[in-house]
Amino acid sequence: MATRKKTGRRHPLASTALLLIGLVAAGGASAAVGTIANANPAPESAYSQSLTVEDGAELFRANCATCHGMNAQGTQNGTSLIGVGAASVNFQVMTGRMPMAFQGPQALKRDPMFTQEQSDAMGDWVASLAPGPERPAEEWLDTSQVSDEGLANGGVLFRINCAMCHNLAGAGGALTEGKFAPPLNGVDAAHIYEAMLTGPQNMPVFNDANIAPEQKREIIAYLRYLDDNPSVGGFDLGALGPVSEGLFIWIFGLGGLVAVTVWLTSKPN
Amino acid sequence: MTTTAPRSSFTAQASNYLDERTSISTMVSALGRKVFPDHWSFMLGEIILYSFVAILLTGTFLTFFFEPSMTAIEYDGSYVPLKGVEMSAAYASTLDLSFDIRGGLLMRQVHHWSALLFVAAIGLHMLRVFFTGAFRKPREINWVVGFILFILALAEGFTGYSLPDDLLSGNGLAIINGMVKGIPVVGTWISYLLFGGIFPGDDIVPRLFVLHIMLLPALVIAFIGVHLVLMVVNKHTQFAAPGKTNDNVVGAPIMPLFAAKAGSFFFIVFGFLVAIGSTFTILPVWDFGPYDPSPVSAGTQPDWYIGFADGALRLAPGWESEIFGLTLSWNILLPIAVLGGFIVLVMFYPFIEGWITKDQREHHIAERPRNNPTRTAIGAAGIWFYAVLWAAASSDLIATHFHLNVFQVTWALQAALILGTVIVYWITKRTAIALQKKDREILLHGYESGNIRRLPGGEYVEVHEQLDDYQSWKLKAYESYAPVMVRPNANGRITPATHLRSAMSRWFFEDRIEPITRSEIEASKHHH
Repeated sequence: MATRKKTGRRHPLASTALLLIGLVAAGGASAAVGTIANANPAPESAYSQSLTVEDGAELFRANCATCHGMNAQGTQNGTSLIGVGAASVNFQVMTGRMPMAFQGPQALKRDPMFTQEQSDAMGDWVASLAPGPERPAEEWLDTSQVSDEGLANGGVLFRINCAMCHNLAGAGGALTEGKFAPPLNGVDAAHIYEAMLTGPQNMPVFNDANIAPEQKREIIAYLRYLDDNPSVGGFDLGALGPVSEGLFIWIFGLGGLVAVTVWLTSKPN
Repeated sequence: MTTTAPRSSFTAQASNYLDERTSISTMVSALGRKVFPDHWSFMLGEIILYSFVAILLTGTFLTFFFEPSMTAIEYDGSYVPLKGVEMSAAYASTLDLSFDIRGGLLMRQVHHWSALLFVAAIGLHMLRVFFTGAFRKPREINWVVGFILFILALAEGFTGYSLPDDLLSGNGLAIINGMVKGIPVVGTWISYLLFGGIFPGDDIVPRLFVLHIMLLPALVIAFIGVHLVLMVVNKHTQFAAPGKTNDNVVGAPIMPLFAAKAGSFFFIVFGFLVAIGSTFTILPVWDFGPYDPSPVSAGTQPDWYIGFADGALRLAPGWESEIFGLTLSWNILLPIAVLGGFIVLVMFYPFIEGWITKDQREHHIAERPRNNPTRTAIGAAGIWFYAVLWAAASSDLIATHFHLNVFQVTWALQAALILGTVIVYWITKRTAIALQKKDREILLHGYESGNIRRLPGGEYVEVHEQLDDYQSWKLKAYESYAPVMVRPNANGRITPATHLRSAMSRWFFEDRIEPITRSEIEASKHHH
């Protein structure tokens, strides 16, 4: 049998390249399909403008009562919601944490299942059961009213009160038993405010005596500043600190230079 | 002299002038003929040297503007979210370097990235030396010198990381303070001595600064000098090949070829670091705020090279006991003891192995890792041990990013640290021995050519072909040790040390694969 000419043969890396192309294509296609499938927004009701407290009660009984009880008194599976206030309802519902996607150490954030009006109606109903923290006034969410000193003060307050769990750069952190403090980038101002006010899940409550509404607004302004001002030093490698920096220098830094040493010492064929 | 002597050029005159006054030509001709083997793994040390040069240059720039002082001042620079905040002069000058001094941020980032690369390259270089047995006689001392350089690099890194006096590095210092105070009896006093009073005090930044820019760099430069002189004296090792023996070094001499290559490599490394420093942010201290002992941040990690120590603290069980009213915090003492033991073992490994093999010969041939299975397995187990500790420093990030329970991550890493190290040792040793057996098989019976022939009788056989001399030499040329026998010494006695050495030697070499002999090759040739 005559030996085949080298030109007729596939390159040794051809099958690897083919596999890579296939994987990228399949992954890209599934990501695209997933985006389309998830694209439908929360259902918009035609009559959503005029929802009453009664509509809120209806929505609650249909969607929340399985765990929280028909009158929000709580069951084995869910806490009582009497006295949690409209702020708590808005945070939990509009960040998609409630209704819970699945039982786990902690409710996870996802696209909300209700419109703002539906959530407000449920909030009004829960607030009608017993007094509780109300949704923040627009004034306390308007970070344009925060001065430069206020911004700096927000940073100080953030480091003292929040960084312990949420990390100095707001990147989030681990808690016990699979629970975690979520990252704070891109979170709606109202949700940050309500989280401080109501202390959802494992978060402590920072009431108005502890952190005044003006100070809450300063903290929100500081987080907005971090969001709006991208990393000045270049790509931030996920803002994970020394862990991603170490991986980067080993894989790309040292890896790249080792490739150069191989090239420098290679001999002509 | 009226006759016209040939006019020598300016270069010739200048070099003659220099040589008559310094005798430099002797050195140039001696050093210029130093030979470098042409294998890529021998250039890892150069990455270290060149990144160190980058560190020196950028670091000098930084000292022009950095203020090593913990005097409290009110920040009045360009970074708005810290305006009016009280902070130390050290932190404020770091912010100025980042925002108000032209080129300052680039220099800071190049300095820091170079430091990370410096230590990473040291790690890889040490692994190359370890796995090829290049630390054996006569290079044991140079291994120790190199290892001291590694420790000095860690110290340089840690002192530098703490200088900006930001909240993240302050958390790191607080951990060090806690570890020091965990040492029974003397711990508290050592901590007072280090920090000049109660932690954090006002003294630590200026003290670390002096260490970082004066004492430690001077030591690093001195030890690099010793390391390089010993490298020239001992010469390079090389991999076995036809013409490359224990008595020569084959490769390119420094002048002119290697100098050109090395010089261009310096610029490549430097350019590479500047490219990284200008496109990737590192340690954005302005995000962290000034140091203040009360706040602590989630996800606090040290730079990667201190990670193994942080990980050891995270994996240590939270035991505590009390003796004579003294509290012994085993969660601190155990990591200190284990890491201390690990460092001592690595540092003195050449002497340990030399004692076990009882080998007094000089070795200038770099071994292929498979040809010393036990050493290779020890090295692999060491890498695993170190890597698990390193990974443990990011246990919280592993937990949040993969939605795991941080306690379970810790238990898994504890198991991986102890069981995994044993398993990795065993797998590596068996793999190395299997590879040796494969080499032997190829030498005796040739390699499978993929060429299948049909014999006249109808039988199909695959044709085995012999390696050429160059390739087969690489497989053949190694030496193996027989376990050291227990023999009485001059006094006719067998000491416990002799028994120990014999046991260790059996552990190392009992299941060795002997190098192939001439008669075996002859026999195999007749067979075919």
